[in-house]
Amino acid sequence: MEANKVLDAKGLACPMPIIKTKKAMAELESGQVLEIHATDKGAKNDLAAWAKSGGHELAKHEEESDVLKFWIKKG
Amino acid sequence: MAFKAMTSKEVTKKVFNKEKLFVLDVRNESDFQDWKIEGKNFQYLNIPYFELLDGVEEILDQIPAGQEVLVVCAKEGSSVMVAEMLSDAGLDVSYLQGGMKVWSEHLEPVKVGELKDGGELYQFVRIGKGCLSYMVLSNGEAALIDATRMTDIYLNFAQSMNAKITHVLDTHLHADHISGGRVIAEKTNATYWLPPKDAAEVTFDYEPLEGGHDVTIGETKILIHSLYSPGHTIGSTSFVVDEHYLLSGDILFIDSIGRPDLAGLAEDWVGDLRESLYKTYRELSEELIVLPAHFMIIDELNEDGSVAEKLGTLFVKNHGLNIEDENVFRKLVTENLPPQPNAYQEIRETNMGKISPDTEKQREMEIGPNRCAVR
Repeated sequence: MEANKVLDAKGLACPMPIIKTKKAMAELESGQVLEIHATDKGAKNDLAAWAKSGGHELAKHEEESDVLKFWIKKG
Repeated sequence: MAFKAMTSKEVTKKVFNKEKLFVLDVRNESDFQDWKIEGKNFQYLNIPYFELLDGVEEILDQIPAGQEVLVVCAKEGSSVMVAEMLSDAGLDVSYLQGGMKVWSEHLEPVKVGELKDGGELYQFVRIGKGCLSYMVLSNGEAALIDATRMTDIYLNFAQSMNAKITHVLDTHLHADHISGGRVIAEKTNATYWLPPKDAAEVTFDYEPLEGGHDVTIGETKILIHSLYSPGHTIGSTSFVVDEHYLLSGDILFIDSIGRPDLAGLAEDWVGDLRESLYKTYRELSEELIVLPAHFMIIDELNEDGSVAEKLGTLFVKNHGLNIEDENVFRKLVTENLPPQPNAYQEIRETNMGKISPDTEKQREMEIGPNRCAVR
């Protein structure tokens, strides 16, 4: 999936991955995609719930060895 | 205003004393719905931390004035952030040190009684998950029953009591939590006892504990008499300690009974469960104090935090022991069962020694409440 921006949140503990995602998202236009890499397992549920409550779309997520990858489309 | 850390031990005290506490849980909604800190007089507000990133103003009027406030999250980080914001807004709040991760691992030792020859029996209440384990102490020796994976707590406790752990027993192969039995037995050179019918697939050596088998500890020969009581698992074994305490494992709880579906088919074992509860237990003295391996709801705790009740009282009060009609009983324990515990198959395989997940993974597997009972 094509991303307009990639955010490296690896090694960061909660709440930092979400705080950084929120910031990065603010710089995107509606319809653009942010790709996020995180290692905090809690990010999975939290990012999904955050995206939903903010009207964004969690378009895709993958797990590659220990890295969780998310693609969120700005709403 | 200031904000400070509150430890799991301090929160446990509030649960035991039925104190008031306002719990602001900032985990996401599904995690909160699945599992939370339970207290008889606790009030709750669940707002995910990611909805508070721009400020806490909107929730201030939902937090009652003059009440102690505890902010809770999964691992502490987000609760510190929210506690700091609330403190900046003028509130006096605490956050749960280590979050639900540490809450899940906290064990509170409670003395449940003395033995005839001067020994003592302690119950370790895993307050966050409802698991109960036991240490029988007598003359410098100790037996440990249904130990959790927080092995250091038992090792340190035994040391503080100047006792050497000589026997480690599990009432059955657990499906809701990872047993610390094997690790403790290895570290202390104690004998590890397991019911052989539950241990058919284990990858390590153990002593087979069969019905009628006795284990003694201490010079005064405290008797641990085992009693075959299948139903929750095919091997489930109860222990009568010092002819006074009935360690019922996951067969009989205070306000519920064991579920038969976690290691096989409920249909197959429901008859065993019925037999154990309605025949085997009926033949025991009603004066025995039942000490189960779990509690399901916080109401099952006594005033001092212990979970214990006379068998005779349970014959009167426990609904699961009072179902005359076998078909009704069958229906209760096979239909409308609560969801199965998180990762229960992986937990069983870990307890068999088939897989060896690291500590972080073990923590993750055990997340959530125990669900070994039916009511």
